[in-house]
Amino acid sequence: MPETVTLTVNGASVTMPAGSMVAAAVLKTGVHAFRRSATGEPRGPLCGMGICFECRVTIDDEAHCRSCQTVCEDGMDVRTDD
Amino acid sequence: MTEARHVCDVLVVGAGPAGMAAAYRAAASGQRVIVVDDNPAAGGQIWRGEAKSLEAQEWFDRIRSVEIELVNGARVFQQSAAGSLLAETSRGVCELTCKSLILATGARERFLPFPGWTLPNVVGAGGLQALVKTGLPVEGKRVVVAGSGPLLPAVAAYLRERGADVLLIAEQAPAMRLARFGLGLFGKTAQALRLRRQLRGVRYLSGCWPLVAHGTDKLESVTLFRRGDRRQVACDYLACGFHLVPNVELAELLGCELERGAVRVDEFQQTTVPDVYCAGESTGIGGLELSLVEGEIAGLTVAGNTAAARALFSRRAKHRRFAQLINRTFALRDELKALVTSETIVCRCEDVIFERLRQHSSWRAAKLQTRCGMGPCQGRVCGGAVEFLFGWRVASVRPPVLPVRVESLGRG
Repeated sequence: MPETVTLTVNGASVTMPAGSMVAAAVLKTGVHAFRRSATGEPRGPLCGMGICFECRVTIDDEAHCRSCQTVCEDGMDVRTDD
Repeated sequence: MTEARHVCDVLVVGAGPAGMAAAYRAAASGQRVIVVDDNPAAGGQIWRGEAKSLEAQEWFDRIRSVEIELVNGARVFQQSAAGSLLAETSRGVCELTCKSLILATGARERFLPFPGWTLPNVVGAGGLQALVKTGLPVEGKRVVVAGSGPLLPAVAAYLRERGADVLLIAEQAPAMRLARFGLGLFGKTAQALRLRRQLRGVRYLSGCWPLVAHGTDKLESVTLFRRGDRRQVACDYLACGFHLVPNVELAELLGCELERGAVRVDEFQQTTVPDVYCAGESTGIGGLELSLVEGEIAGLTVAGNTAAARALFSRRAKHRRFAQLINRTFALRDELKALVTSETIVCRCEDVIFERLRQHSSWRAAKLQTRCGMGPCQGRVCGGAVEFLFGWRVASVRPPVLPVRVESLGRG
């Protein structure tokens, strides 16, 4: 298993230790608004364990993925702030 | 969509300490055991990721020493028939069929709304720890840890070890109560001594809580309240959680009765539904040691080894007494009900503000009129808050207990 994986968050490349979650990768790139709320507020992770659904992002064109429960993979394309 | 079918004697839902202990005892007694869990690996929240304690290592070695099938990354969302559960994975839906079911679904943090709590970088205390354990660097980040419970100093010590600049810990419980029972950072146990050493130089402020989180696109500072004084502290993260609440949704879906917000169990950890057992935090917040012994009792019982289960009752009783002490000590003060303003969002999924909820007399009415609790989290976040703010009991769980893909439905 490789030591690190490299993915992109809104087009920017980020390298993470293997086994990291996408939520950590998004925050590491300096992005804080993972999604927009019903009234347009920026939102980011709250619970970190898959129950609050605040960290939803689009991963490889699949919308509404919980980034705190998704393991980073090489070449993943992560999009935030839908 | 591929579909897998698993059949076993004992199905354990949740691979945290309670689930691991239950699975180990059942498997070691000759049962065919499957453990299903939402996370990518076993260990639950407390034993997530690296740097496992000796005790954790011991339990991981134990479950590796027996035959247990672990189904990871699978969220149980529905019961298809008595003794059969459906779980969704990235590959599709799997059906898990068993003779006995042990629920070890754990707990989540209680979040209380206050102005600014929806800003990015206001996270749970356990929430921030989970993010750091899964790859978020916090070196040099200024963190205020706030809320209530034994989790706060543990999280603060962990963050500090990872290089975070932990500015202070704000514990809402009054100093007198903490000191009287030797809890928080006041204890004489080896664990409390270690935490005090790890947190040297970090202020542990009892009787202190957040009033407002400030910022535009993300958190910039937090105003804290203590003994009549307000103080604004600039920070990068506010790690804030008010103790824990049991995860009872799946138990409710199966028809298990609850008692004071937790799953009701008998002396053998059996719920009010035959062949359905429950162990760990979902039977009431009690911490690691209680979770382990409850798991062991459930695992031994389903394997028919009731004598061995009974031999663990006194250990469980001791840990239950300690749990009661913890829960009394960290009981939430009424002042926290006044943190919300009329404009504060309570339901984060649907952006329902306090003012709209205040007009209703029950969870059901509020839900029907405002959509509070009807978003993807299904009330898991706002439920704990409205229970505290209004005394409403969050009722009526229905399948699926979690949002799933449309194609996963229509099964069962």
